[in-house]
Order: sequence, then structure tokens, then C-alpha cells
Amino acid sequence: MSVTATIRIQQADFDVAKEIAALSKGRTDVGAVVTFSGVCRGSENGEPIAALTLEHYPGMAEAEIGRHADEAMSRWPLKGLTIIHRFGRIAPGENIVLVVTASSHRQAAFEAAEFLMDYLKTNAPFWKREESEKGTSWIEARDHDDDAAARWTKP
Amino acid sequence: MKVKYFAWVRERVGMAEETVEPPADVRTVNDLIGWLSSRGEAYAYAFEKPKVIRAAIDHAHVKPDAVISGAREIAFFPPMTGG
Repeated sequence: MSVTATIRIQQADFDVAKEIAALSKGRTDVGAVVTFSGVCRGSENGEPIAALTLEHYPGMAEAEIGRHADEAMSRWPLKGLTIIHRFGRIAPGENIVLVVTASSHRQAAFEAAEFLMDYLKTNAPFWKREESEKGTSWIEARDHDDDAAARWTKP
Repeated sequence: MKVKYFAWVRERVGMAEETVEPPADVRTVNDLIGWLSSRGEAYAYAFEKPKVIRAAIDHAHVKPDAVISGAREIAFFPPMTGG
């Protein structure tokens, strides 16, 4: 059975439990569900922040995440895949991103979720700006995120 | 072709998108950065460190040597910080 990924780019919050249930409820072929949810921290580099604002590139965000979803489904035997990425203003404690992978056995679900998150960090066209008492500033990309994505590159 | 700017590139250029018609000798993404930079201080400031600028043609990432002919939409932005 071919798997269709659910990909949503949205301003609204999402319900993690509901998304997990949507992938696995009533199915007997799924033996493993891995969930990664990225949550807005209340501090950045030790400084408290009031909120993050995520800017994104509409159209390309869906296309780029879709390409990585396709690659994940070709590399691992997934039974289900959901990716949700929010944009707009997000307060500490709120959800930012969700990856849910379902497979027959755990290894595929773990690896695919990690692969997708590493690529979302470095390749999905989203940019975070932080708000703090000092004003607003763009968060800089981190080299270790590039390193994390590079380890999935096929030799 | 349509050119879009995001995050601090957008702020520095001072607009989110525009339509441009570069001369024929502007062949690659890198050429386009050079040509845009010559259009004024705001562009020169946005593209002052071309190595940190990322580009996409028609919603797909491209390298600086990518040829721009036939592109409908080219975007410039800083390294991504989503996820």
C-alpha cells in the first residue's frame, strides 16, 4: 500500500495526541509510532524571550517539505507520515513543529523522524525572529544543524 | 522574473518582492546578486556577504552558479532556522 504524507503549514496550533491517533487508530499494520514535537523555549542563549515569530516562504515550504517526505518514504518502509510546521508569532511553551512517523518496526520510524527533523532545520524555508526586552533579532543558523543534516547524505 | 526576499534580506532590501528584467549577461544566481547589488545601497547592504545568502529558483534550492534563464521566481534569504 502506498503511503501519502500529510503535510500542513499553518498558523494555528495542533493537537499532538490527535495527530498520533490519526496515523495509528484502527490499524494493525503499524507497530511503531515515533513523534517529535518542537516547542518554543522561554530563553535563547540564556536570555529570556517573550516570543518567536516564524516567517516562511509560502509555496516553497510545502514543496521542500514534500520533497523530504518523499525521500523519507523511499528510504524507510513507513506506514504513515505527518509533518506540521507553524508560522507566525509563537509564545514560549507553544508547539512549533511536529513530525510523526509510523512503521511496522521501531528503527524505521526513529530514523525517518530524525532524518526529517535534521532536514527541516536546515532546508525548510522558515526563519525565526526572537522578541525580548532588548528588542527583536533574527536567530542565527547553527553549524551543528548543518552537520546533523549532512550525516544523512548518501555516499 | 519575480524576485522575492525573506527575513533580514527582505528587511535590508526594504521590500518583499519585485519584478526585475536583468540584462542578458546576467546568467547565474551569482550574477543576479551582483546586478541587484549595483542597484543601490539597500541592495548592497542586503548582499554584502554573498556567501551567507541562500537562493531558490521556482521553490527549489539552488547553488550560486545555477542558471537563471527560464526562472519564474527567484528568492533570496539567509540560512534557514526553522524546525
